[in-house]
Amino acid sequence: MEKVLMKGNEIIGEAAIRSGCKVFFGYPITPSTEVVEYLSAHMPKHGGTVLQAEDEIGAINMCYGAACTGTRVMTASSSPGVSLKQEGISYSAAVGLPMVIVNVNRCGPGLGGLGPAQSDYFQSTRGGGHGDYRTIVLAPSKAQELYDYTMMAFDLADKYRNPVLLLTDGFLGQTMEPVVLKERPEAPAVDRDWVVDGARGREKRVLASYSLTNEIGEANNLVWEAKYKDIQEKEQHWEEFYTEDAEYLLVSYGITGRICKSTVLNARKKGIKLGLIRPITLWPYPEKAFLPFKDKVKGIVTVELNTGQMIEDVKLSVECKVPVHLYRRQGGMLPTEHEILDYVENTFGIAAREV
Amino acid sequence: MMDKVIIAGFGGQGVMFLGKVMAYAGMGSDLELCWIPSYGPEMRGGTANCSVILSDEEIYSHVIDYADCAIVLNKPAYEKFSPRVKPGGVLVVNSSLAKLESKRDDITVIEIPATDMANELGNPSIANMICLGALIPHLKLIDFNKVEKAMTKLTAKRPQLMDVNLTAINKGLEFKNQ
Repeated sequence: MEKVLMKGNEIIGEAAIRSGCKVFFGYPITPSTEVVEYLSAHMPKHGGTVLQAEDEIGAINMCYGAACTGTRVMTASSSPGVSLKQEGISYSAAVGLPMVIVNVNRCGPGLGGLGPAQSDYFQSTRGGGHGDYRTIVLAPSKAQELYDYTMMAFDLADKYRNPVLLLTDGFLGQTMEPVVLKERPEAPAVDRDWVVDGARGREKRVLASYSLTNEIGEANNLVWEAKYKDIQEKEQHWEEFYTEDAEYLLVSYGITGRICKSTVLNARKKGIKLGLIRPITLWPYPEKAFLPFKDKVKGIVTVELNTGQMIEDVKLSVECKVPVHLYRRQGGMLPTEHEILDYVENTFGIAAREV
Repeated sequence: MMDKVIIAGFGGQGVMFLGKVMAYAGMGSDLELCWIPSYGPEMRGGTANCSVILSDEEIYSHVIDYADCAIVLNKPAYEKFSPRVKPGGVLVVNSSLAKLESKRDDITVIEIPATDMANELGNPSIANMICLGALIPHLKLIDFNKVEKAMTKLTAKRPQLMDVNLTAINKGLEFKNQ
């Protein structure tokens, strides 16, 4: 297997090509631009098409069209651009269209800045657009995961006929790290008997979401609800790091999840039994990860790049049985491993035992 | 073992390329590594900096608060990054463009007139490689041979650049700090 040095955003592009993504529609925006730049250079060589749309709304609706034909399709943007795409994502969720949407986060609100942030957590995990739908959300924390989770995103999108969001940031996007370009695992066989590819010889299919009566509307909602419950049951993914004997837990995803691993190692050197739960899926939220700990640990700190968004899911997951605190940086700033540990020690009044 | 290095200077001084040479040297030895450019609006403003982490085990946090070593190619870069070197660390200063009135005594400061030396070699743009040469003996995980291999790869399309760069690196290696 080939090991190469690549920028995070380019890795997403390479993984998309190797996942059999055939069309990409987008509108460039920093800090996600290298995704479309890389795909423009490489996707046509693999028989794919990259098209720069007139804007983000155009791009997402082109994704809708391509997905209707059963073609693997992706778009990439950054926070304000992803906001513009929300109507199209809602429509795609309503008719069950598989597609991958990459959000290389900016820090917001408004036009915001280019630094790393997690301020789109609510938007990503609560549907984002209008109507009661969910998108599967994956949160990579390093180069190899940018590659692996992009592939996983395409497979999950097909498996559940649902849009999947890949949530990353400009710091991961610009960092070059070695990545193993694994050959694509066999794509799971997927049901394509819903696509609109010409109705000659078969019954007409319609991919549209208007409910003519309230009864039809409720029936549709029940179908989607059942799908979301199924996803919640089967697709909670997370990583645990030194949790087995942990007295205190950090919970963090993406780039801060990775920083927290260094914090945990530093804490262990000082004799503090700190562990980490790193959610890989942000929706469905990995509440199962917390089951063994909610009657056991003395306290939890979520580390986020926002005013405290994921902390709500953590409190729900532990049914508020454990004190949950927030350590956050905002506006494009990143915490260092040391300041997180200082916060943990101060919050829980832990006197370090040197070991 | 880990080498955390900050490189800073004006845009055009080859800050990013210097980082890439180190990154590819690490790649050639199958090390874990990160190459992190400064990005965002400041890229267009004139200062450039990048960080490289080389490690023989997985790199978790790649946010550098204090570096083991730094190379600063001008005075503003010196002002900004000199405090970010760990006690006991190494700071390579391009003294052609950064005259120091005072300096930290808890780190090794190598003052090398890299731009003047580069001019003597007839190529002012290789001051970055001269500074890299001066730093190499202080790096734990890569040496000249690994850098040479990386340079071969990076200059594959323009081989005439390889000798120019390697000569500069050797000049830096030979430099005796005052």
